[in-house]
Amino acid sequence: MRAVPALILAALVAPVALGLWQTGRAAFGIMPALGRETPSLDPWRQLFALPGLGGSIRLSLVSGLGAAILSLLIALALVQALQGRLSAARAARWLAPFLAVPHAALAIGMAFLLAPSGWIARALAPLMDWTRPPGIASVNDPWGMALMLGLMVKEIPFLMLVILAALGQVPLARIMAMGRALGYGPGAVWLRLVLPAIWPMLRLPFWVVLVYSVSNVEMAIILGPANPPVLGVAVTRWFASPDLAMILPASAGAILQAGLAGAVIAAAWGAERLAARLGPVWLARGRRGPARAPGWLVGALLRLAGAAGLVLMAAGLLAMAALAIWSLAFRWSFPQILPETWSLNAWSMAAPGWRRALTTSVLLAGATAGLSLALAVAWLQAAPARMRAEWLILLPLLVPQIGFLYGLNVVFLRAGLQADLLTVGMGQMLFVFPYVLLSLSGPWRAVDPRLMRTAAALGAGPWRRLVAVRLPVLLRPLLTAWAIGIAVSVAQYLPTLYLGAGRVATLTTEAVTLASGSDRRVSGVYASLQALVPLLAYACAFVIPAWWHRDRRALAGAFR
Amino acid sequence: MSLILDDVTIARPDGAALIRGLTLNVSPGSVTTVMGPSGIGKSTLLDAIAGSLAPGFSLSGRITLNGRDLTGLPPERRRIGLMFQDSLLFPHLSLAGNLAFGLDPRIRGRSARAQAVEHALTEAGLAGLGPRDPATLSGGQRARAALMRTLLAAPEALLLDEPFGKLDMALRDEIRRFVFDHAAARGVPVLMVSHDPQDAAAAGGPVVALA
Repeated sequence: MRAVPALILAALVAPVALGLWQTGRAAFGIMPALGRETPSLDPWRQLFALPGLGGSIRLSLVSGLGAAILSLLIALALVQALQGRLSAARAARWLAPFLAVPHAALAIGMAFLLAPSGWIARALAPLMDWTRPPGIASVNDPWGMALMLGLMVKEIPFLMLVILAALGQVPLARIMAMGRALGYGPGAVWLRLVLPAIWPMLRLPFWVVLVYSVSNVEMAIILGPANPPVLGVAVTRWFASPDLAMILPASAGAILQAGLAGAVIAAAWGAERLAARLGPVWLARGRRGPARAPGWLVGALLRLAGAAGLVLMAAGLLAMAALAIWSLAFRWSFPQILPETWSLNAWSMAAPGWRRALTTSVLLAGATAGLSLALAVAWLQAAPARMRAEWLILLPLLVPQIGFLYGLNVVFLRAGLQADLLTVGMGQMLFVFPYVLLSLSGPWRAVDPRLMRTAAALGAGPWRRLVAVRLPVLLRPLLTAWAIGIAVSVAQYLPTLYLGAGRVATLTTEAVTLASGSDRRVSGVYASLQALVPLLAYACAFVIPAWWHRDRRALAGAFR
Repeated sequence: MSLILDDVTIARPDGAALIRGLTLNVSPGSVTTVMGPSGIGKSTLLDAIAGSLAPGFSLSGRITLNGRDLTGLPPERRRIGLMFQDSLLFPHLSLAGNLAFGLDPRIRGRSARAQAVEHALTEAGLAGLGPRDPATLSGGQRARAALMRTLLAAPEALLLDEPFGKLDMALRDEIRRFVFDHAAARGVPVLMVSHDPQDAAAAGGPVVALA
């Protein structure tokens, strides 16, 4: 049992390392399958000669850094504004739809909302006298604005939850009272005392957000600029090129993408060190800030950020509604806010396709989330205290997927593994398990150890203590972790694409493919289903424990 | 027949001895009180006897209960009941479910077990409250229920860790008498850790001061 965490860590780290190694070899010209055996720098020369590379790098950096940093600031502003009114448990309920909906589905919904013929333009049409969609590139815009908005709608709720969970770990009320007794306003206390106290708990989640933002592919395919696209999309296109020799520069691009993510993390780390160096000097000066804190400028900025956050959340909800409405629309001409005629045509015409994709997605999600939950329980049972190496489980989330998935596919093929459902499931585990473990470990470790000692003193052995006490007490967090696992699995795009060699069609791969097509109704069908599966899982995670523990006041929190 | 600590030494992970060469004989039906300032290792001593010493701590010497050497036995096989200042009733089980969880597995059959639980509830003045959610009981009711749950497991010794610390003054006397009377009636040795001199006085047994 004691070896479980070490084995799981090895199983998470090895594929990332092997995948990077294999991609790296191809980036330096070694690809025996193509008859290339000698190392060379040619792939890099080819890469840098490709048109648009500089633009792609710049776009990735600007849209990625912009989205991640703005998301962090807005999440902090929203949490600060709602402080005291929003517990972590209530926030989890309100933010659940945003966490559940896959990136691709949200991106398709945001495209429905933002496009020249989308809801926003339709709402503005009477005011602007538009009878046809305006000729503005409001999605796939060359600056990546639509992509940034899409990323932020997903990232703000995630960061808010992380911040609220971190606040639960510090004596917030006492820090506030102490700081204010010393003459600092509430905003000043937040910046000087609260943020430094919680930052260690925000650091890794923020890095995950940073890496995703500068390297995401499926959101950028749907919302991002087309020519040049962001680096992740460009590399995906090169890998998919019919010219097999393109694999070498594409691998170099994948390594470049990994380097870009590393550089961004290094910059974030550097900024943090700088703040840690200069912060104490600034704090020691003892300036209390404006007497009526926060000062008007900071106050205005906070209000602006809060308002922007609320607008983005509203846009996210409208985007999700747009998916369902488009899938049910028959005739929906331009300035109309709602369809003129409704129909189930899109659903019935696409039925064979979406049924197959739905089955595949549900199978993969059920298997990976279930297995991840079992492994997480085994891990926590074997390692009750936090381990030093625990941050390593985040490795698959801190290395851009495109950096190692192509190489991992090569490793799998060499090992004689067919590209099928099983390999896709194995690949998805790399991303599902970390989220499941992270979500479960906090509540698991918060169970009063004396409760377990009491059970032991009553004669219950380890197995009975687990099955009859710990798991039932943790029913809600267990189901929440499972639902998160389902959501992560359903959302996976690149692992399904690369490890399934394009032969495994899930709701997500189909939705991304169809998003560039012309039929919004069919793409609405796939995206709706893609959002529906995780939403149902989240609903189960709320309803089942509430019903199961309906007569147990200490455990039935959610609906009270 | 009693709980015997023979030259027990407990060392912290850094090697420093927390308790050095403690010898104690707790006889059946009596309550021995261990007193001392906080941080002196009172709770650690109870952990060592119950078998749940935190990783890194080391124990030397012998602990025997009714002639059985407890060294190396997992907590669930020591037959030692535990009481803390919180009742620690399992939040997912009803009151009766909590008592049935503790009830000695040698009592078999659904109706025999239900009867034993009902009997214990009556004895604790909780008759008819079996189906209740433990979170809806009063502090005194929870404390009595926790003791009955512990006793139903038929322990051969009882360890009490500041058991009355959270009860208000009026309730404290009542629960103290309830616990001590039941322990005496069953003739089990009781070791109590406390820093309330009134607890020691009420227990009426030997007092060991750790320093």
